[in-house]
Amino acid sequence: MVYGLLTMNENQVTLKLSGLEPLIATPQSNFINVGERTNVTGSLRFARLIKEDKYDEALSVARDQVEGGAQILDVNMDEGMLDGKEAMVRFLNLIAAEPDIARIPIMVDSSKWEIIEAGLQCIQGKGVVNSISLKEGEEKFIEQAKKVKRYGAAVIVMAFDEDGQADSYERRIEICERSYKVLTEIVNFPKEDIIFDPNIFPVATGIEEHNNNALDFFNATRWIRQNLPGAHVSGGVSNVSFSFRGNNPVREAMHSAFLYHAIKEGMDMGIVNPAMLEVYDDIPKDLLDRVEDVLLNRREDATERLLEFAETVKGEGKKLVKDDSWRKESVEKRLEHALVKGIVDHIEEDTEEARQNSERPLHVIEGPLMDGMNVVGDLFGSGKMFLPQVVKSARVMKKAVAHLLPYLEAEKAANADTSSASKILLATVKGDVHDIGKNIVGVVLACNNYDIVDMGVMVPADKIIDKAIEEQVDAIGLSGLITPSLDEMVTVAKEMERRKMSLPLLIGGATTSRIHTAVKIDPVYSGSIVHVLDASKSVPVAGELINKETYDNIFSRTKDEYSKLREDHANRKQIKNYISFNNAKANRTVVDWSVKEMVKPTILGNQAFKDYPIDEIRKYIDWTPFFSTWMLKGKYPAIFDNEVVGDEAKKLFDDAQVVLDEIIEENLLYANGVVGLYPANAVGEDVEVYTDESRSEVLKTFHFLRQQGKKGSGLPNLSLADFVAPKSSGKKDYFGGFAVTAGVGIEPLIEKYKQDHDDYNSIMIKAVADRLAEAFAELLHEKIRKDLWGFAKTENLDDEGLIKEKYQGIRPAPGYPACPDHTEKGLLFDLLEVEKNTGISLTESYAMYPAAAVSGFYFMHEESKYFGLGKIEKDQVVDYAARKQMDVEVIEKWLAPNLSYDV
Amino acid sequence: MAYDIQDILKERILVLDGAMGTMIQRHTLEEEDFRGERFKDHTHPLKGNNDLLSITRPDIIKEIHALYYEAGADFAETNTFSGTTIAQADYHLEEAVYDINYQSAKIAREVADEFTEREPHKPRFVIGAMGPTNRTASLSPDVNDPGFRAVSFDDLRVAYKQQAEALLDGGADILLVETVFDTLNAKAAVFAIEEVFEERDKKWPVMVSGTITDASGRTLSGQTTEAFLVSLSHVPLLSIGLNCALGAEQLRPYIQTLSKKAPFHVSAHPNAGLPNEFGEYDQSPEEMAELIDGFLADNFLNIVGGCCGTTPDHIRLIAEAATKHKPRVLDSQLSIVDSQ
Repeated sequence: MVYGLLTMNENQVTLKLSGLEPLIATPQSNFINVGERTNVTGSLRFARLIKEDKYDEALSVARDQVEGGAQILDVNMDEGMLDGKEAMVRFLNLIAAEPDIARIPIMVDSSKWEIIEAGLQCIQGKGVVNSISLKEGEEKFIEQAKKVKRYGAAVIVMAFDEDGQADSYERRIEICERSYKVLTEIVNFPKEDIIFDPNIFPVATGIEEHNNNALDFFNATRWIRQNLPGAHVSGGVSNVSFSFRGNNPVREAMHSAFLYHAIKEGMDMGIVNPAMLEVYDDIPKDLLDRVEDVLLNRREDATERLLEFAETVKGEGKKLVKDDSWRKESVEKRLEHALVKGIVDHIEEDTEEARQNSERPLHVIEGPLMDGMNVVGDLFGSGKMFLPQVVKSARVMKKAVAHLLPYLEAEKAANADTSSASKILLATVKGDVHDIGKNIVGVVLACNNYDIVDMGVMVPADKIIDKAIEEQVDAIGLSGLITPSLDEMVTVAKEMERRKMSLPLLIGGATTSRIHTAVKIDPVYSGSIVHVLDASKSVPVAGELINKETYDNIFSRTKDEYSKLREDHANRKQIKNYISFNNAKANRTVVDWSVKEMVKPTILGNQAFKDYPIDEIRKYIDWTPFFSTWMLKGKYPAIFDNEVVGDEAKKLFDDAQVVLDEIIEENLLYANGVVGLYPANAVGEDVEVYTDESRSEVLKTFHFLRQQGKKGSGLPNLSLADFVAPKSSGKKDYFGGFAVTAGVGIEPLIEKYKQDHDDYNSIMIKAVADRLAEAFAELLHEKIRKDLWGFAKTENLDDEGLIKEKYQGIRPAPGYPACPDHTEKGLLFDLLEVEKNTGISLTESYAMYPAAAVSGFYFMHEESKYFGLGKIEKDQVVDYAARKQMDVEVIEKWLAPNLSYDV
Repeated sequence: MAYDIQDILKERILVLDGAMGTMIQRHTLEEEDFRGERFKDHTHPLKGNNDLLSITRPDIIKEIHALYYEAGADFAETNTFSGTTIAQADYHLEEAVYDINYQSAKIAREVADEFTEREPHKPRFVIGAMGPTNRTASLSPDVNDPGFRAVSFDDLRVAYKQQAEALLDGGADILLVETVFDTLNAKAAVFAIEEVFEERDKKWPVMVSGTITDASGRTLSGQTTEAFLVSLSHVPLLSIGLNCALGAEQLRPYIQTLSKKAPFHVSAHPNAGLPNEFGEYDQSPEEMAELIDGFLADNFLNIVGGCCGTTPDHIRLIAEAATKHKPRVLDSQLSIVDSQ
């Protein structure tokens, strides 16, 4: 080891710091580099940015430091024209919101204690105080050191005491030794958290007393490391070259040589501008000799000789490489760069250049373009790229391919040639209109060299199978979002079996699950079936399924896995306890209706909202699900601080804002909605809706389902019917419903993006429309609570309160956990005349079209809450079928996911 | 306290209690239960303010403590997860904060003492629980203003100081800063605790337990497990650990990190698995105890218990598992506990 006296082993106590990530100073870590550009006293540019209130740019200075290799970030706001405390707090708080900066520890740098303390109160990690000293006496020193310890920071101690700054070897070690004693014996400060700064002063100043400045520092450093166990040594390196300002080659050489010698003596931390450092071994020999003569005070004329030499090397020093240098690379590299970075600007000219260089247009695709996409695939596979980036890469790819297409066609016409890429058919099953996830899978697979045959939405089983045969695909992927789609997938699998197919079948989508695939789909098909959790998993799964060599393995592996899951499932079912429907009804929610206040809505009947202003709806958007659509995990807005996906999340969010602005400014989408409020009472397990206040004529009856799981004492078996006053109570209660869409007008937009090969924007517009529909539902619900029904006129919630649904009353949707029967949606649509009022229609599976739509019931009483129905027993199903006047078998099909028994 | 917890920790793995909220939910409590006599005229709704039940329905809270002690817990955590002026501001009950903490500690103390008297070989301890509050000192709640903070270090320090004082006055043996999602909040809490110790010229054991938010392995405020450990190692803690947000299975790698690196005892009280699609925790006591048994077999832990969704049945099986294994041995080389 360089400082052999301290034989540390890994477990020994050592300086440990942290930002979002730890920084452990082991002997192996050698030297910790402190970034110094975020210091108003050291950087004119940074000082100007802070003074001009350009904190965004000031943050980019910090980011450059981290990217440049700084391991600790020194922040100093000591400037006469600034409120240093305010600036420190503001800047540190902003840094905390930038995970790529905040990952390293902060050094709070000030000569004013109040600024240091304010800074310490802003950092969650273990930082460093720069600095305290005996300058104002022992008492103050002790007081400040105690505080630093309590805030959990390490400390830099300047070699400074009541008599001034140490400027000789003797004074340096005297002050450091005294400080160390006070800290370790009186304050009980951890030894390893003490960092001495024994003052780096300029050399080659022409003043003779300065000639030993560097050498004294080296010697003091050695003494400290030998005599003050645990303590570290740091310093501001750029000081040493002060006399050569303006001559970067000499300064860079001086810094490197200084560090080389100081580190050898045990200096293990330093404030260094990494951009102002030459590699020691790269310093020209003649320059190095002269620099070291000065640093080590080796000859009397050292200063003159260096000054003389300096005249000959005046230059620019290191320069930052400009970002568009990639344009100078070979065309293959340029294509790769454009694909990885998702840059479309030059793609056509680059593709054209590549085409002219190639023998055949196909070679451009099989060569540079696929190579680039392979890089993208690898980066995505290893978690270094995220979905929105991949979709942008795909956009670049499609544009390149589109450019080549005419040439490919021309060639094809000349000689028939079949492509060798594997082909996968994708479809959203019959009755379902949701396709965002399926489109993402398509993009990701296409990025990995698969030909995608995308049949779109609402595709019946026979069409899927016919097409698969016609196109000679290698695998089929089925997608769906609503629960009836689960059943439709079973139908497709059965149909494939009947037609004696053996193609691999991939199952995906929000309601699909491994367990459902194992229990319901896998048994009906003898070919390979694999549930795919998300788009990123689709690539390896498809690869294994299509490759002849791996097929047998994945086939038997998944068949075994699913058969085991089925067994477990069967066993588990036997343990689960259900109570009889009669007992469940007896354990309903207890509400003392006699004391409940009924609130009559301001207006009864239906009310339509056509072309509702989208800029108002926008304020109600809950963004968290938007990010999960794009497979970025995290809550909004904290997701922006996420170390891994934060940057991409921010970009995606910004793109979404642009799309929203366009939607609003250019009237691209229309939002339509309808709400209806009616006199109603519960009758048994149903809710009767009456034509008018006389309550003599039943207009519609809604049917609800009751939990049948065994409950703990005092917990009711819930049904939504519990939340409306029963007819027998004599109370006049009310009930309502709504349906909204924000997707009117979306088709031409999607078509346009399709023409433009722009999956990114196509997915984006759908995801944004989905969010708008949810937001519109939230907005109308607020209107209902405060105004139209008016049971919570004084409610005052912020966005977060709204997202967390802290308000009174609920708006459960038919088809979702509290009322999973989609067919009730048909009754709701009749009641509200939804199609006429909003343009939303229902598919045969009761999916709403446009897909960006939400519908549901309104319940007002404070007892009402969201819950999951869970599994129900046959006794309730029989009763429910009778109430709905439908066949038990039909009802069982609709409620399949909720049945506790096998049909 | 009459028993030295440091000594007991050398001998065996100690057991924390399980969820309070889950147990409270088993009772059907109405607004009136929360209000009681004292708050019957309070201007804002109080239903859901579980901490208040220590004053208005102490019978329920005591019964829950007793159920956990009976199941084999060595520690009961006071019913004070939201017992700060900051968290109680939601209910406009800042003025009741001292009493909430004092009463919570006092009733837990009573139950603990009963059990200790009955079973002197297994003394029961009271942990004064200090939750994270509902605000974050190092994150902005406003995405358009990332530099904004809804709460300052000093606000938190003052609030935590009051809570710590009341918990100790009420008879807590230990203070636990738990469910730490923002390390800066926790730093303010331990800062306040050290102030109290200095003023009283006496020290009590302090535990800290962080929360890893998701599979990224980081706290909500973005720290890795090791960074979290480093950031709170300036205090001579009794233990550091993790709780909430994840089930035992997902928590394992992070607990392993702490076990390897921490100079303190290590604790874990995970949730009963991950919430299902309805937000409920349905990991059975058997499933959870089996996972915990794995931790214990690998000597990761000194203290173990349960968080959301766990019940006395979970704790009973966890306590049984704890008796079967030796506690993790503290590597004295790692120790930086000071002697002050």
